[in-house]
Amino acid sequence: MKRPTELRNHQKELYYFRWRLGIAAAGAVLLFTLLVGRFFFLQVAQHDHFHTLAENNRISIIPVVPNRGLILDRNGIVLAHSYSAYTLEITPSKVKNLEATINGLAALVDIQPRDRKRFRKLLEESRNFESLPIRARLNDIEVARFTANRFRFSGVDIKARLFRHYPKGELASHAIGHIGRINDADLDQLEKSGDLANYRGTDHIGKLGIEQSYEKQLHGITGFEHVETDAGGRAIRTLSRRSPVSGNNLTLTIDSRLQEVAENVFAQYRGALVAIEPKSGEVLAFVSKPGFDPNLFIDGIDPVNWDALNNSPDKPLNNRALRGQYPPGSTFKPFMALAGLELGKRTPSYTISDPGFFTLPGSAHRYRDWKVGGHGSVDLHKSIVISCDTYYYGLANDLGPDNIFNFIGQFGFGKKTGIDIEGESTGLLPSREWKMKRYKQKWYAGDTISVGIGQGYNLATPLQLAFATAVLANNGTVIRPHLVRTILDAATNQVRTVPAAKPVATLALKPENLELVKNAMVAVTQPGGTAPRVGVGAPYLTAGKTGTAQVIAIKQGEKYVESRVAERHRDHALFIAYAPAEDPKIAFAILVENGGHGGSTAGPIARMVLDYFLLGKLPPPPVPPADEEEDEHD
Amino acid sequence: MTVKIDLRRLWLRLTENIDSLLMSFILMLMLISLAVMFSASGQDFAKTSSQMANMSVALLLMWLVAKVPPQHLARFALPVYILGLLLLVGVALFGDVSHGARRWLNIGIRIQPSEMMKLAVPLMLAWYLDRREKTLNLKDFGVAVLMLVAPVGLIVRQPDLGTALLISAAGFYVLFLAGLSWRIILGLVGIGAASTPILWSLLHDYQRQRILTLIDPSQDPLGTGYHIIQSSIALGSGGIFGKGWLNGTQAHLDFLPERTTDFIFAVYAEEFGLAGNLILLALYVLVIGRGLVIAAKAPTLFSRLLAGSITLTFFTYAFVNMGMVSGILPVVGVPLPLISYGGTSMVTLLLGFGMLMSIQTHRKLVQS
Repeated sequence: MKRPTELRNHQKELYYFRWRLGIAAAGAVLLFTLLVGRFFFLQVAQHDHFHTLAENNRISIIPVVPNRGLILDRNGIVLAHSYSAYTLEITPSKVKNLEATINGLAALVDIQPRDRKRFRKLLEESRNFESLPIRARLNDIEVARFTANRFRFSGVDIKARLFRHYPKGELASHAIGHIGRINDADLDQLEKSGDLANYRGTDHIGKLGIEQSYEKQLHGITGFEHVETDAGGRAIRTLSRRSPVSGNNLTLTIDSRLQEVAENVFAQYRGALVAIEPKSGEVLAFVSKPGFDPNLFIDGIDPVNWDALNNSPDKPLNNRALRGQYPPGSTFKPFMALAGLELGKRTPSYTISDPGFFTLPGSAHRYRDWKVGGHGSVDLHKSIVISCDTYYYGLANDLGPDNIFNFIGQFGFGKKTGIDIEGESTGLLPSREWKMKRYKQKWYAGDTISVGIGQGYNLATPLQLAFATAVLANNGTVIRPHLVRTILDAATNQVRTVPAAKPVATLALKPENLELVKNAMVAVTQPGGTAPRVGVGAPYLTAGKTGTAQVIAIKQGEKYVESRVAERHRDHALFIAYAPAEDPKIAFAILVENGGHGGSTAGPIARMVLDYFLLGKLPPPPVPPADEEEDEHD
Repeated sequence: MTVKIDLRRLWLRLTENIDSLLMSFILMLMLISLAVMFSASGQDFAKTSSQMANMSVALLLMWLVAKVPPQHLARFALPVYILGLLLLVGVALFGDVSHGARRWLNIGIRIQPSEMMKLAVPLMLAWYLDRREKTLNLKDFGVAVLMLVAPVGLIVRQPDLGTALLISAAGFYVLFLAGLSWRIILGLVGIGAASTPILWSLLHDYQRQRILTLIDPSQDPLGTGYHIIQSSIALGSGGIFGKGWLNGTQAHLDFLPERTTDFIFAVYAEEFGLAGNLILLALYVLVIGRGLVIAAKAPTLFSRLLAGSITLTFFTYAFVNMGMVSGILPVVGVPLPLISYGGTSMVTLLLGFGMLMSIQTHRKLVQS
């Protein structure tokens, strides 16, 4: 009884399965029929249409490259633009003997060995059907001469291409950056971001600075043309066209005149200067000396210039403002003083008696003040004005590493400022965790002492110092420093402001404490301070602080004598300042590599920059500085 | 005389598990593949012989699998499925990224676990439903759906839409043939239609672009529309009888992308025209027809479901690829089965055919 039922179930099941299978088969047949219909449509009904399209590749799509956006300074002075010029181009796939063709062309237009070298390099990198420039920027005579002989050269053509130019050369080169030819890494990047199609026909891409970080804004949207071509591939007429949309124009926050003054007053010194408008976070000047001419990089720098730039001991390609990391030295002290006041470790009247050194309890090691014999009795105000090390050794010890790390970190030390160009260094504000991770060592009390005067593990970039100074000048309101002020949208012709100008945080600082530290900083630039030359005789008040960053360590009991130390081993001079003190319009940090004391080398630079910015006074023509002894000190 | 008889016996012994009909259709498709490969690669002997090597390896593996009886195949279902799933999780965690997708796992050699799931999923589902045959209910289907969704979800995230699609199809065919109720199928279709906007928002930008491009390729002739425009030109200009072998202009002027792999059909259609397309379709129909006959005659639920799913998945390969090249489906990375260049897909396909042959040739043994 059981078996037949099961058998019947089995039969029924099989029947049902075959029924389903039949449905699936019918579906498959239906879909294949659909395909046949499509094939019929393409290959029979539309055959003539597609035949025409395919025949000799009669119609080609030619990308129309958009004009790259301008880069202007805050006053509208052009810092980067593109212009159209004629190039002589060869399509290698249409030329039988390349060498002979190039030799033939050389008889008509000037073709240098380096043009040939560049062409060969392009040939190796190129995709199949591209035409490649053998000579750029032809003059009218050369164009006319080639045009008359064109019939002799199939596969050679004159085209108009866009060229980037940086009319101010070295000026602000470390901020503006440059473009360069698209390489494989760029292609990968473009493919990943899905922008590859928009770069058909584009040869160059931003490689550094603003040109790199605002690439998306500057590039624009590529247009295209459907072009009817003859058998030789030459365009006969345009069938349809979608115009390209130019890249957006960028207006920078940089004041190129201030930038120029600042770069000039550095004269032959290496170093950096970053100036920020405290209320807006706008970077007014961004100097890294020496600079380089970005025009050299556009089509691949030639070996001679590259060697000169790359092997120079002055390292002109090094962006010192953005990436140079230096001990902040005594410029750290105003922030330490504020920490002491805010955290209740110091009162304005608290006074030490400075014997010229500091010792930790139970230790014989002497942490020396820069002044042998000490400064006598020192309170907080005086500690900033004369830059007393002993005062800050004791303060650092009382604050401890955690307080220092947490409080000073608020001013941006040890963190990227978030400026709108890539490659920023983080600097270093040391902490217990950091030391454990880096050196597998616990934190020693002695570590705190040297951190207190901006030495030891401390490192900051000139940009970070300028940023911290701007935050201080702005009474604790934190605004990201930025280089782009507005963007002119080429499609809508509307000006967009950059959102970076909004405050991101406000530090809780007591006004009376700020007042105290700021007053002391004003006294720094007056007679009796460490940088009197900055303030004496100026119709405005400047608040500042000098600093010195050691390049080589001085042994216990030894004295640093500048004249005895090789130039490259001399201390770096630092100076931070803002002015006018009562209503700051500019805050900046100056670093002079191997410049010795902050007051004597960085101070005069600061004064000339301020005189220009606030009074419009141009500095005297640069004179090589005399190697005189000064009694101003760190 | 004796030698002759021995050779005959040896031949019979070697081919006892080969289904001669299916085998001859496969070989015809492979011949077409080699001819088109030679043309598409720009008359490159190296590429063509490399494809021949792929075929030889795949045929050998097919022959080996055909010797394994279906009930033994069933034993592999669970371990292979679990291994595949673990490897897919491994890919999600430690996989190598290439061309923006995380598909490969480096364990000494680079492997692509999603490929083995193309067979592991139908094996597993067929095995599971076969085990529950007596009491098959809604809950069992629910479990089976989960078994399908887990690997597909991992593959979609890689992202590899083409493979995910083929595996979903393979799994769905098993469920469909096992008798998943129409109400549920229609319900799923309904849910799918209703959730289209949500799916749309989950797609990657490039995937969305491909679908938009399908609707109007002229929108973006430099970017994603380029492939479709160029392959349509290739197909259309081929006409009824084609431009002749090695005479395609679209292919040889570098206008066709991926012309030995996903877009090889455009080369074929340009050179052999509508007539060639119909011949190719006819061969596919024969393969599919033979597969369905094998499925219909298979003795156990497991072998029926497996055979049905493998055959219908093969159909899906062919339809999706030709649909994509002729511009009625969006561009997803699905090769033209048995024609496109590539060792991996060739092996996967022929392993599937090996299973079909095993089911067909072991049938009598089971019955007797």
